[in-house]
Amino acid sequence: MLTARVIPCLDVKDGRIVKGVRFANLRDAGDPAERAALYEKTGADEIVVLDVSATLEARKTRVATVRAVRERLSIPLTVGGGVRLVSDAGDLLDAGADKVAINSAAVEDPARITQIADRFGAQCCVLALDAAKNEAGVYEVVVKSGRERTGIDAVTWAREATSRGAGEILLTSFDKDGTRSGYDLPLIEAVSRAVSVPVIASGGAATAEHLWEALRAGADAVLAASIFHDDEHTPDAVKRELQRLGAEVRL
Amino acid sequence: MNEVLVVRTGVANLASVLAGLRKAGAEPIVSDDPEAVRAARAVVLPGVGHFTAGVASLAERGLDAAIAERVTEGRPLLAVCLGLQLLLEASEEGPGQRGLGVVPGVARRFDAHAGIRVPQLGWNRVLPSGECQLLQEGHAYFANSYRLVEPPAGFACATAFHGGSFVAAFERGPVLACQFHPELSGEWGIGLLARWVNRAFSERETRADDGAPTSDAKRHDGPPTSAAKEASC
Repeated sequence: MLTARVIPCLDVKDGRIVKGVRFANLRDAGDPAERAALYEKTGADEIVVLDVSATLEARKTRVATVRAVRERLSIPLTVGGGVRLVSDAGDLLDAGADKVAINSAAVEDPARITQIADRFGAQCCVLALDAAKNEAGVYEVVVKSGRERTGIDAVTWAREATSRGAGEILLTSFDKDGTRSGYDLPLIEAVSRAVSVPVIASGGAATAEHLWEALRAGADAVLAASIFHDDEHTPDAVKRELQRLGAEVRL
Repeated sequence: MNEVLVVRTGVANLASVLAGLRKAGAEPIVSDDPEAVRAARAVVLPGVGHFTAGVASLAERGLDAAIAERVTEGRPLLAVCLGLQLLLEASEEGPGQRGLGVVPGVARRFDAHAGIRVPQLGWNRVLPSGECQLLQEGHAYFANSYRLVEPPAGFACATAFHGGSFVAAFERGPVLACQFHPELSGEWGIGLLARWVNRAFSERETRADDGAPTSDAKRHDGPPTSAAKEASC
């Protein structure tokens, strides 16, 4: 039986880890390869690196970062941020990513999901879905680091993306991200019920209880950033707490 | 020098495999030359991607027969994920496409109706049978939609559970095939890689003609083994 995965996320800008609130107010939080290695040692099940700079110059840095992280890591590595083309995905996989996450570019042209999945397999192709609740109370897909609302229903998009070949969904609540007030549970419930691929919950975690709530809401994995960066908790400590609450974990 | 040849299959992500082998004390080199695959002391067949593309990519370069020979001759080979499935007779992922056929069985898709997530992405407990020498109990990282259900005859097997029991890995001497990714399975996985590398380099190879160029040449020009013939169909 699969265990619940606990996934520290490294938001990386120009080769350094940063963390902000609602995708803004970024502050420096260390070297990605050092951090990733520390997280593996302290029980992380997987690492996600999201490149939040994604300018043309930053792309070279990004590949170098992935290479450096891979050399230190013997657990899975997912990389996202600025992935537009099959060749972007190929560059990251060559550098040592095991999965690539595609976000805005998939919304612009959903055929890109199929292109990546056909070339590298569905298990390599992660849809990063950022959602926010709109005035009507409906979850809407947001892109461009939350700056742009699309009017697309998040659940419908999750279904379409998986039918096009996405093998996993990294589901981030734009409303909750960085707030440390817990995950967006109704969003997790709606999306994980709608698809048969694994769902990683993201955005809002501050405690092991928050992670447990997300798992109970249907998530297969839980992603968190700040609670690990500040050394408040190690992944192992969080997993022991999850086990106490009733989750199956790898210890 | 524990030089391990990693087969370049075109679509597999090599970086993780190479990094994992280095951590396990090996010196990986990458090649898609069938003669190099025949000559190498130890070979890794990595696998990420589609079954049909995987078979085609091996057959295109004549690697299918070279790899099949290693299994039938019991020479050190590690097949990972799709690499394991390529050794089988076929896979539901590529209807009508034959695999190398050196291991009995057909890979079938996980049944999502069993209330499980497909693809299987994550850590699952691996339970080796008593005959296993390299495989040990522990959590391994899986990333697959297809799997082998029936343990193949003639191999010691480890199983795991995802909506039902399936073959997580099998071994026979220095031939090891893993549905999971040992290179992504943390310390436990690196430990398995290290045991396989040690096994591959700790004993004299069973081939009597090993290292003799004349018999090497004869071997390559000679009639293909039945397994190799089947693989090239």
